[in-house]
Amino acid sequence: MTSKLDRTFAQLRQRGEKALIAYVMAGDPSLQDTEQLVVELGQAGADIIELGVPFSDPIADGPVIQQAAERALRSGTSLRTILPMVTRLRARTQIPLVLMVYYNNIHAFGPERFCHEAAQAGIDGLIIPDMPPDEASPLKGPAAAAGLQLVFLLAPTSTAERRTFVARQSQGFIYYVSLTGITGAKLLSVADVSKNVEKIRKVTHVPVAVGFGVATPEDAANVAAIADGVIVGSAIVKQIAAHRAKPEMVKHVAEFVRSLKNAMRAAQPKTR
Amino acid sequence: MGSVPNKQGRFGVYGGRYVPETLMPALLELEQEYVRVKTDRGFQSELAYYLKHYVGRPTSLYFAQRLTKRLGGAKIYLKREDLCHTGAHKINNAIGQGLLAQRMKKPRIIAETGAGQHGVATATVAAMFGLQCEIYMGTEDMQRQALNVFRMRLLGSTVTGVDAGSRTLKDAISEAMRDWTTNIRTTHYILGSVLGAHPYPMMIRDFQSIIGRETRRQILAAEGRLPDYLIACVGGGSNAMGLFHAFIRDKNVKMVGVEAGGLGVESGKHAARFAGGKPGVLQGTMTYLLQGDDGQVNLTHSVSAGLDYAAIGPEHSYLRDQGRAEYTSVTDDEAMAAFNLLAREEGIMPALESAHAIAHTVKVAPTMKKSQLLVVNLSGRGDKDVQQIAKMRGITL
Repeated sequence: MTSKLDRTFAQLRQRGEKALIAYVMAGDPSLQDTEQLVVELGQAGADIIELGVPFSDPIADGPVIQQAAERALRSGTSLRTILPMVTRLRARTQIPLVLMVYYNNIHAFGPERFCHEAAQAGIDGLIIPDMPPDEASPLKGPAAAAGLQLVFLLAPTSTAERRTFVARQSQGFIYYVSLTGITGAKLLSVADVSKNVEKIRKVTHVPVAVGFGVATPEDAANVAAIADGVIVGSAIVKQIAAHRAKPEMVKHVAEFVRSLKNAMRAAQPKTR
Repeated sequence: MGSVPNKQGRFGVYGGRYVPETLMPALLELEQEYVRVKTDRGFQSELAYYLKHYVGRPTSLYFAQRLTKRLGGAKIYLKREDLCHTGAHKINNAIGQGLLAQRMKKPRIIAETGAGQHGVATATVAAMFGLQCEIYMGTEDMQRQALNVFRMRLLGSTVTGVDAGSRTLKDAISEAMRDWTTNIRTTHYILGSVLGAHPYPMMIRDFQSIIGRETRRQILAAEGRLPDYLIACVGGGSNAMGLFHAFIRDKNVKMVGVEAGGLGVESGKHAARFAGGKPGVLQGTMTYLLQGDDGQVNLTHSVSAGLDYAAIGPEHSYLRDQGRAEYTSVTDDEAMAAFNLLAREEGIMPALESAHAIAHTVKVAPTMKKSQLLVVNLSGRGDKDVQQIAKMRGITL
């Protein structure tokens, strides 16, 4: 059986499109908001949703996502409340859902129980920013048994050896971190990203999605021209933060996501 | 007990390398370079040179006669790391990593600091080696340790306040890791304790192990035998690992680490990881961690900024599981009383961190025989804490 992530990338490829992967922090400002956001961002053009799990010490994240995590923790969010929300979501949308979760949250939950319950709720894959494949063995068995895909990351600093090592183990897609830095930093050079994406393609057929530093429709279009997927995180979280007190918050954010996807579509005549 | 860590950086189930992929190549490079210099005569003699002529090693092992008499039990020796240049053991590691940074041709170094001792040591080494230096420090700690902040600036370093989370050591480490992730090509991160991802806990232990090697030689010279008891305070645990390491195979030498009990373990306001925590992953390593049921890291409290941290070095978790070392805690009040005692009885003001080790000594020395030998690691001097102590007593200086 092919996974939902694999099917999504295959269908997009057939249509000559690239995946827009939209990040939202679960529970920012509330889980009801997150639920509505996931549904409407999917309708607005997001192909995959990356759902952040708030952690007290997010070492890979910049200030925008750190603050979102603090808001989410204040609203009482944890895996125990996120997974029931995912179950509710599954009655409304079948968009692929990937959890971005720091390892200690999984460790505290119990890796086996976590994989089982996350898959049961309707999660398709996991991105664990502080768990390179070198440390993933305790999770591989339970994730495979539950049908969860493990997405690993590559970075501009990755050596040829690590590129091969990581690319072979990443499932669903490879998360290429576009820059040496944390989430929300500024994208430096599309040419550099392109060069590195090409190097990754030489060692794998798994789709490559690019994240960190993609902030505007223009960035999204540029990255869509060279990768299989575009991950937008901090820029969306910023929109949520700016409009969080307003009743039309979800509409604003959906509008932004639509503008990202439209720019990606317009940039698409280049085929691989 | 075999030699730890293994190739994956594991001390039993603890340790490892839980970091973003961006850092992995740098950690692998650092490990490679460290393994190389460990047996490199040129590096080792350079390190020995600076430790002797710059740091002032060997530090003395001082028989605390009046304290011994006052407590009426075991014979108490103080390992005087407070006499190191910059006033604490931290410089042993900073010199080692500073030399390493030079070898790796990294022109910039960064560090986190809690009490400011590691920050001052790193700023000092940066000045001496001509490296650019930035120190991250929680804003709460900057207030508690204003003097050390000023010292770092006098030494030419940039001190950057971290205004996130508890605004203490944990948040400073996260921010330093973010900086390292961003500037990895030009920057070496001089982590200050036996924490973080492999190879840091091993490398820092090795750089600090000179404390125990000297102690062993000195006690043999003074008493003709090994000590019965070793006591050291444990934040991340580098001074304790430094003292313990040379005695690990000597089963008759009892080793005790003293954590920060803060306002009391039952109050929840403390940093006693073994009393109140369970294994988890924080900032690159698996170890005992103060955390809630859902894996969020708890806020900690200690009068001592250097012990005010939610996790303990992974090798300590391993030593405890193996039953090789024991861990206990003392409260803020007990540490303050120990500070006063050592100042009055011996004319030595300990750092508030080290005062925790003295406080435990006050409890156990009287229960021991007069023929028994007890070594306390006096990891740092208390000058940096004088302002804070005055403030706590309502005195304006």
